[in-house]
Amino acid sequence: MARKFLSGNEAFAEGIRLAKPQVISAYPITPQTIVVERLSEMVEDKSLKAEFIHVESEHSALSCAMGTSAVGARAFTATSSQGLLYMAECLTYASGGRFPIVMMNANRSTALPWNIYGDQRDSISLLDSGWIQAYAENAQESLDLALMSYYVAEDKRVSTPFMANLDGFVLTHTYEVVDVPTKKQADEFLPPFKTENKLDLNNPKNLAFSAGPAQNTAFKYKEHIGLLNAKEVIGEAEEKFAKIFGRKYSGLTEEYRTDDADYIIVTLGSIAGLVRETVDKLRNDGKKVGLLRIRYLRPFPNEEIAGALKNAKAAAVLEKDISFGNEGTVYTNVNSAIKKQNIHITTSNYIGGLGGKNISEAEIENIFGDIESGKTGVTFLGLGGE
Amino acid sequence: MALNAKSLNEDEYFYGHKACGGCGGSLAVRIALKVLGEKAVAVLPAGCMSAVGFNFPQLCFSNNAIISTFAGTASMLAGIEAGLRAQGITNFQAVGFAGDGGTADIGLQALSGAIDRNDNILYICYDNEAYMNTGIQKSSLTPFGAKTTTTPAGKNIHGNLRPKKNMFEIAAAHDIPYAATASVGYMNDFMNKIEKASKIQGTKYIHVIAPCPTGWCVETDSTVEIAKEVVDCGLWYLAEYENGEYTLNYKPKKFTDVGEYLKKQGRFRHLSDNDIEIIKCSRDKKWEKINQNWRIK
Repeated sequence: MARKFLSGNEAFAEGIRLAKPQVISAYPITPQTIVVERLSEMVEDKSLKAEFIHVESEHSALSCAMGTSAVGARAFTATSSQGLLYMAECLTYASGGRFPIVMMNANRSTALPWNIYGDQRDSISLLDSGWIQAYAENAQESLDLALMSYYVAEDKRVSTPFMANLDGFVLTHTYEVVDVPTKKQADEFLPPFKTENKLDLNNPKNLAFSAGPAQNTAFKYKEHIGLLNAKEVIGEAEEKFAKIFGRKYSGLTEEYRTDDADYIIVTLGSIAGLVRETVDKLRNDGKKVGLLRIRYLRPFPNEEIAGALKNAKAAAVLEKDISFGNEGTVYTNVNSAIKKQNIHITTSNYIGGLGGKNISEAEIENIFGDIESGKTGVTFLGLGGE
Repeated sequence: MALNAKSLNEDEYFYGHKACGGCGGSLAVRIALKVLGEKAVAVLPAGCMSAVGFNFPQLCFSNNAIISTFAGTASMLAGIEAGLRAQGITNFQAVGFAGDGGTADIGLQALSGAIDRNDNILYICYDNEAYMNTGIQKSSLTPFGAKTTTTPAGKNIHGNLRPKKNMFEIAAAHDIPYAATASVGYMNDFMNKIEKASKIQGTKYIHVIAPCPTGWCVETDSTVEIAKEVVDCGLWYLAEYENGEYTLNYKPKKFTDVGEYLKKQGRFRHLSDNDIEIIKCSRDKKWEKINQNWRIK
């Protein structure tokens, strides 16, 4: 194992080098570019034996990845924001085809107004496209997710594409010290891709066909089950990962000082780091506060969220997303999770970080203060400008 | 040895589909696969051939075949080609069959990308001159004057106002290793171009005219005849682009009557003498250039 000073993009690229995709197809978009630049260098210096295909659009990037996956080879692509939206047609195509492609998405605001900075509206608007959606908090988790993503996606019980989300700039472009595993360790962890769902010259198949009203529901049900099965396989992947690499992840969510907490912020992505620090600070002041970080939005951690919030007095969902005309989508999902378990706590929604707007420690403290005083509803952080 | 009806593979690879009677597209696909054989890994975008051939559980290709997104024929071919090669597999031919809309409209960007990269794929455009699968709407390969459901022939507008996009020369302009035009009316020429293309490294583009009796409003048993006539009257031509040079494969001694070709098709029946004159003029202008600049076989 080597320790390197890497950005989120670079850490993810290191993870992908260790996962050894056979074909990489990508189109550049800020702030995704660094990950594909690094990968193209790795292909050039032969530290990664892969085909790098310079496609002419994001739609082609994912279409190409589907072709690769459809012949049983490991495919990787990466995108962001407008690029993700441009390839949206291919997202449901890949999940319906059960092609276990891995894609890194650098979370970025969507136009209009144009904005290159980070929020999560791009990926969350495609939550229903049938992909596993994971959200990394830091560079180490980014690298580890790159490795684990193939393990989970390619498992026969899952056979579902995997979108690993890194907050644009805040995570993709900031540097941390990262443990980079050895090739030997990575090979021990990640088996080669084997599938029967492929075009095979020895056993020809017709794939990606039509299924009319009589059969369509059965295919969609199987797709749903595949995503649900990912819960178990994520657990297995993390067990094996911990044995080999010594880092243990906590499944679909991560709880921080929630055991006896009265007030909990539920959030995802890199902002969790600041919430964690704020929790420590407020705990020192005697406040019983905690953090629940959602690591996977799909499959959705219904039970984990209900379990973490059941003894709290109030919870706030802090997210970089808004479903216009309603509320933040994560908030909708969290409320659904606790309702199903008959948990009746006060919840509220904070929309922050849109278009890269900084979320401050003071704002997080205020959220804890708000929910302690019983505030509910949807609040936009940073409305006033600077 | 040149391919012909006698030497052609008797195995069927596209069989049991529900294409309309006299479908030129399905004929082009069937014959192309007979030439390529079981090593063909076929990509078909949304369109007539995927709609008639891939209805689970009635799947009609006995070789490997997959539907791509409408715009994604060439990009999926790229992924298939690279994915198989990455596994050390070499005895295959990645082949795309896309219609005129899937090629010249929505799929043009991905096709241009593939030619630009010189991906080792064979792309066949079966051109029936409109979006037939969705009910005969205009594409950029619909010829001037043709009536479609989105270019109606009325008092004010006589069908489609624009000439056919020149896909053959657009492909050639990328300096593609091999491009060709063909027609299902000249089957030996078509078969031998596929055979030739399959032996060339890099991107290959074959544009084959494949009449659609439903959309052209002709009898279902006239497909081959009318596909021959479009060449004989000079509105289409059999040509190749290779090593930076255009070659005309067949030069009719004397063109058959354009008006006759047009008037036997319901889609052109409304054309005035003036409209037909415009079509003749544009044909003659094209042939002037062909005669001047192309190698004539």
